Amino acid sequence: MSFYKILEKFYDFDFNKFLSSVTAGKVEAALAKEVLTEWDFLTLLSDAATPYLEPMALKAKAITRRHFGNVITLFTPLYISNYCENVCAYCSFSRQHKISRKHLTLDEIDEEARRISAGGIRHILFLTGESHLKSSIDYLLESARILTRYFSSTGIEIYPLKEEEYAKLIAAGIDGLTIFQEVYNKDAYHGYHKGGPKDDFRFRLEAPDRACACGMRTVSVGALLGLGQPQIESFFTGIHAHYLQNTYPKAEVSISFPRIRPLAGTFIPPYTIDDIHFVQTITATRIFLNNVGITISTRESKAFRNSLLPLGVTRMSAGVSTAVGAHSSMPSTTQFEIADCRSVDEMKSDLLHLGYQPVMQDWNSRFL
Amino acid sequence: MKSSEDVLKIAGIEVRSRLITGSGKYRDDGIIGAVLEAAECDIITVALRRIDFDNPSDNILDNIPKGKVLLPNTSGARTADEAIRLARCARAMGCGNWIKIEVIGDQKYLLPDNTETIKATEALVKEGFVVLPYMYPDLIAARRLVDAGASAVMPLAAPIGSNRGLTTLEFIRILVEEITIPVIVDAGIGRPSHAAAAMEIGVSAILLNTAIASSDDPVAMACAFKWAVRAGRAAYLAGMAGVSQTARPSSPLTGFLHEKKE
Amino acid sequence: MDIIVNGKKLPVEDGLTVGGLLDIQKIVPARVAVEINRSIVSRADFDFVKLAPDDTVEIIRFVGGG
Repeated sequence: MSFYKILEKFYDFDFNKFLSSVTAGKVEAALAKEVLTEWDFLTLLSDAATPYLEPMALKAKAITRRHFGNVITLFTPLYISNYCENVCAYCSFSRQHKISRKHLTLDEIDEEARRISAGGIRHILFLTGESHLKSSIDYLLESARILTRYFSSTGIEIYPLKEEEYAKLIAAGIDGLTIFQEVYNKDAYHGYHKGGPKDDFRFRLEAPDRACACGMRTVSVGALLGLGQPQIESFFTGIHAHYLQNTYPKAEVSISFPRIRPLAGTFIPPYTIDDIHFVQTITATRIFLNNVGITISTRESKAFRNSLLPLGVTRMSAGVSTAVGAHSSMPSTTQFEIADCRSVDEMKSDLLHLGYQPVMQDWNSRFL
Repeated sequence: MKSSEDVLKIAGIEVRSRLITGSGKYRDDGIIGAVLEAAECDIITVALRRIDFDNPSDNILDNIPKGKVLLPNTSGARTADEAIRLARCARAMGCGNWIKIEVIGDQKYLLPDNTETIKATEALVKEGFVVLPYMYPDLIAARRLVDAGASAVMPLAAPIGSNRGLTTLEFIRILVEEITIPVIVDAGIGRPSHAAAAMEIGVSAILLNTAIASSDDPVAMACAFKWAVRAGRAAYLAGMAGVSQTARPSSPLTGFLHEKKE
Repeated sequence: MDIIVNGKKLPVEDGLTVGGLLDIQKIVPARVAVEINRSIVSRADFDFVKLAPDDTVEIIRFVGGG
């Protein structure tokens, strides 16, 4: 069954009834299990589980330690174009915003790659807005060809593509796809995306499927926390990752937990997820999905990211800017404000002090 | 058999230690030398896959005592083809032609893909590698690996990272009984008692990494595992001697058949 | 000329051999494998294979692993 069908079935489910019926006994039963069901996961996301945060954290830490050791893989995101045809209520790159738009030439991409790789980074994630004109497949392919020379592993975080387009990018050396559904609640999704191709909910939802079907090595999913009811959105994220693991056994699946940050424009998210519930989400996810990667971006502050380390984090970004051409003379507007401005060296040093092993390269596409 | 005569022979090379250990997951590579000395192992696994910070002058080989057999693994390979390419990369290092085939067909549980492993073994044996395939303990697959020319088979005890010990004990026991090349248990061993138990049933060697590397005192844990492997092996040999030296006495139930009839 | 070595752009002399590159990087040839543009260079050829402009070189070393 496709994930869309799975999701549709859940749309009829009375989440509020389930969540309000969770008892302390049910939380304890879920926590005691070694292999959790989806319902156990939802139980751990409920308010009744919040008082159990410390035991959840301890369990999450033990699981992470066994499966991932002390390793934190570092990467840097590189924004190469912020031209965008979409109207996303929450994003500063939205087409109706009058912001400074920039689109890197291939030489500029080469220069950014040279600068980032000189700092020791070997995993890169490049991002574009959705512009089929400015960020065409050919532009993406050319960018991939440049970046794969400098980096061991090159991922993309771009608009959803057709299967044959993913196949071309994979042939050009791309080994990772990051694509956030933003919000899994379909009605809410349509409310936030009122213009441009991003309105196609299902096409976006099934992008990881298309990528995995043609051999994408790693795939990362997530919801933008704040757009939808957080417990339900976190649940959907978890079951999406679970579905991908089960359906594409060879793919490495990761989850990100982006929380909405301030941006250009006047968007106020309808939900806020406070630090306690954010930690609950991460630990519950780790307990449900022992082997899934967990990425925490620089939307979170340095101190908070450090505190999250024992709870299941396996990947972190460093040396980040969300402006296109950040080091050029005229960078674009940023997509969101960075709360953790640590350089790669600072990140490595902090990780070591905290007892973690910063790993610069987890795979080298050149081995193949 | 005296324990002093007990050596492990793989691909014509004799090794004394039946503990094979890895060099990964250490926070500080400098400790590896001390751990390997404590473990007294003769075969050490290394990898191509992961590097921590880029330090061109550092080489893991600097931390590995001389005279050891290096066993690179094909970690990261998802198909036979990927394993073959990684193996060739590993051999190009010029540190020998041994290879541990690790083809993971499932990222959720990190279970090895026996079918792809057999294909990779066939190809790499033909290319002159000494192949030690990591596998799911399936007798039929093990026989195919033997036919393909593997120098040992390496069945898992439990899923990687689970620390559950010998969940596949019965199937490992079957391999020990039926397979003529060394059976080396790899993955899932969390405690020295797991290692001893595996050696007691006749397993040829144990490969482990995480249990030592992630302990609070890797050097002490390496010693513990060394002693556990030796203890288990000694127990197995003592048991074997018992079976072979004493003839099976006649069962008392049928003893009357041998009594002289008056 | 410029080449890329393990991801980093490096200006080197024209006609530099693989052996010469390892020398500059103070890397012992006996312990590494070298790939140029995704092809493994045989160790015996280290002193004969000359690097070309824009070559992507990967110097592969063993690392800790289980």
